[in-house]
Amino acid sequence: MTVKLAEFQGTNDYIVAENLKNSVNVAIALGRPLLIKGEPGTGKTMLAKSIASSLGLKHIIWNIKSTTKAQEGLYVYDTVQRLYDSQFGGCNVSDIKEYIRLGKLGEAMASNEKVVLVIDEIDKADIEFPNDLLWELDMMSFFIPETRETITAQQRPIIIITSNAEKELPDAFLRRCIFHYIDFPDAEMMRDIVKVHYPNLEEQLVQQALQAFYKIRNISGLLKRPSTSELLDWVQVLALGGIQPDKLSSELPFLGTLLKKNQDFDNVLQYLSQRGTKQRGSSTLWRG
Amino acid sequence: MFTNFYYLLKSEGVPVSLTEWMTLMEALAKGLAFSSLTSFYYLARAILVKSEAHFDRYDLAFTKYFTGIETTEDLLEQALDWLTTNLPPLELSSEERAMLSRLDLDELRRQLEDRLKTQDGEHHGGSHWIGTGGTSPFGHSGYHPSGLRIEGNSRNLSAVKVAAKRQYRDFRGDQLDGVRQFEMALRKLRQLSTRADGPKNDLNLDGTINATSQNAGMLKLVWERPRRNMLKIIVLMDSGGSANRYMQICSRLFAATHRTSHFKDVKFYYFHNCIYDRLYTTPELKDWVKTEEVLKSYTADCRLIITGDASMAPSELTMVGGIINWREHNEETGLFWLQRLAKHFPYSVWLNPIQSDYWEQTLGDYTIALIREIFPMFQLSPEGLEQSVKKLMNKS
Repeated sequence: MTVKLAEFQGTNDYIVAENLKNSVNVAIALGRPLLIKGEPGTGKTMLAKSIASSLGLKHIIWNIKSTTKAQEGLYVYDTVQRLYDSQFGGCNVSDIKEYIRLGKLGEAMASNEKVVLVIDEIDKADIEFPNDLLWELDMMSFFIPETRETITAQQRPIIIITSNAEKELPDAFLRRCIFHYIDFPDAEMMRDIVKVHYPNLEEQLVQQALQAFYKIRNISGLLKRPSTSELLDWVQVLALGGIQPDKLSSELPFLGTLLKKNQDFDNVLQYLSQRGTKQRGSSTLWRG
Repeated sequence: MFTNFYYLLKSEGVPVSLTEWMTLMEALAKGLAFSSLTSFYYLARAILVKSEAHFDRYDLAFTKYFTGIETTEDLLEQALDWLTTNLPPLELSSEERAMLSRLDLDELRRQLEDRLKTQDGEHHGGSHWIGTGGTSPFGHSGYHPSGLRIEGNSRNLSAVKVAAKRQYRDFRGDQLDGVRQFEMALRKLRQLSTRADGPKNDLNLDGTINATSQNAGMLKLVWERPRRNMLKIIVLMDSGGSANRYMQICSRLFAATHRTSHFKDVKFYYFHNCIYDRLYTTPELKDWVKTEEVLKSYTADCRLIITGDASMAPSELTMVGGIINWREHNEETGLFWLQRLAKHFPYSVWLNPIQSDYWEQTLGDYTIALIREIFPMFQLSPEGLEQSVKKLMNKS
C-alpha cells in the first residue's frame, strides 16, 4: 500500500539533497514534526520557506528566543488592554474573546488551510520549552480556559523545527519527531548552490573559490569553520572586487568574509606561509 | 518485521524506543521505504535515530544486519567471474530511471537465483543477465533502483555501502572531541538549579501586571524564587606521572568547566596519583592547602569531580607512608582519604581518561577496582561526563 505524498521537490532558489527531500516527505506523510539539525549556514531556516513555496502553502515562522515561553506560541490573554478598555471605554469588555491573541502555533492550528509552521532555533529557549508543547504538537489542539474554547487544527500543519544544538532536547520530545541532520554539502552540490544564488558568475572564479574554500575548511583546528552562507558572501565580494581567478588560491583575498575569529586567521595565514605563498599585505584583511 | 534489527540497534547503543519503532512500522505500512534498501536506510535513520552522535552506531548496526543482503552466499561465486570486466558508468535520464520497475528484495533474490541457473556466460551492458553496466538489477556499475550489487565498485552508492562508509564517525559521543562537547555535558548540571528551593523574593513583573489587570487595576504583586544556579563544584585533577599522557583530554574538561559560567563556584585542586592530607592549587604541585581545610569550607551539597587514571602502586592506596613523593609522609592511607572525601561529599564521581573497556585489563586494574568501590567511575568522555552528571544529581 502506498499513499500519495504531497511531494516536496525543492524550489528554484533552494537546492535540496535527495535524502533531505525524503525526510521531509516522510515527516509530511506521517504527520510528525521534522527536526532539522546541522552546521550553521547549511540552510535550515531556508528549508521551510522552500517547502512552503514548493507545495504552495502559507508559511508561518515562530522565532524562538531565550525568553520565549511555550504558552506564548498558543495564545496570550491581553489583560492590560482589557483593563484599559474597562476604565476608558472601548470594546465590549465582557467578551473575553476580544482579548485573546493567538500565538504563532495557535495561528497555525486555527488556520483553515494547511500551513507550514517553522519553529526556528528551538534550542534557544528554556530546557523545559519543548516538553511544554508535547501535548499540543501531538493532538494539534489546545484549550483556552478563559473562554472555555478548544482550538483544533482542521488541517494538520507541517511542522519544521530547527536546532543549532545549543541545548540538548528532551527525549520525550525527540521520540515524536522525525530527525534529519543536514550534511555539509560536497563540492559538486556547493557549485549548484552558488549558481542558484549568483547565476552570472564566471565559471572559473567559482571553481577556484570552491577549491580554496574546501582547502580552508579542511585545515584542522579551526574554531569556526566557514559555512555555506560565508562562501556565498565571499564569492560575491570576489566578484565585486574583480579578483583574478588565478590569483585566488595563492592570495586568498577578503579572507575576513570567511573567517570570523582571530585565531583562525592566524591559523590559515600560517598554513599559507608554510606552503610558500605570499599574503598580499594587510590591506586585504579588512576584517579580523 | 526486522525485530532483530531493533535489538541490534539497542545493543550497539542507539537509544531506540518502542514508540519510534512503531512509527517506523507505520511508515513501512504506508510504503514509505519504496521497497528499496537505500530508502529504508534513510527512513529508519530519520525515525529511529535522533542525534548525529548516534549515526555511526546506526551505521554499524545496519552494516551488521544487512551485509548478508548485499553479497549473497556462495551462489555468487560463479557470477563473480562474469563481473571482472569494467564498463564506463551508465548515465540514465530520469525518464529511463522511472521506467525501470522497482523490485521487492525477496523477489529480487528469487530472480537472481533463477537467472544464475539459466545464464550461460558473461554478459555486459544489457538489461537482464547478470553482468556489468546496463540496467539489469544484478551485477555492478549498472543502474537499477532496487538492484543487488555483486562485487565491483558501486557508482550509485547502495545503502549498506553508505552505512559501511561510516562518515559520521566523528560525531560519536564516546570519542574524544572538542571542549564544546564537554561544555554541553556540563550544562546539564544546570537542571540542578530549580526554583524549588530558596525564598520567593524576586518580583515577577509579567505576573504582577497580569494579576493587577485581572484585579480591576488594584495592585497585586506576584513573587517568585530567583533562578540562580547555587551549585558549587570542586574538581580534583591528577597531575604528573602516568596522568600526563591524558593531559590533553583533562585540559578539555578544565576549559569546559571554566567556560561554563552557570555555577556559583568552581574550584580546582591537583594531586599526584592519590589524595592525602594536601591538595595542590597549581598543576605543578607547588602551593598547597590542607585537605582538611577544603573539607571544612565546603558543605555536603557541593559536587565533587575527581579526574585521574586511578592507576598506581597498591601501596599508595593501602599503606601508611605509601605516598609516591619520597620526601613526604602520609599518616593515613590514601584509601582513608578517599573514603573520607566520598563520605563528606555524597555527590561525587571519578572520571577516568582510560577507556572503560580496559579498566579490568590495564596495568592499574587493581587500584582502579579499589577506587571504584568508593567512587562511581566513568570514562572521561562527553558520554561518560553525561552519565556522571546524572550521578551528580543523585546521592551515590
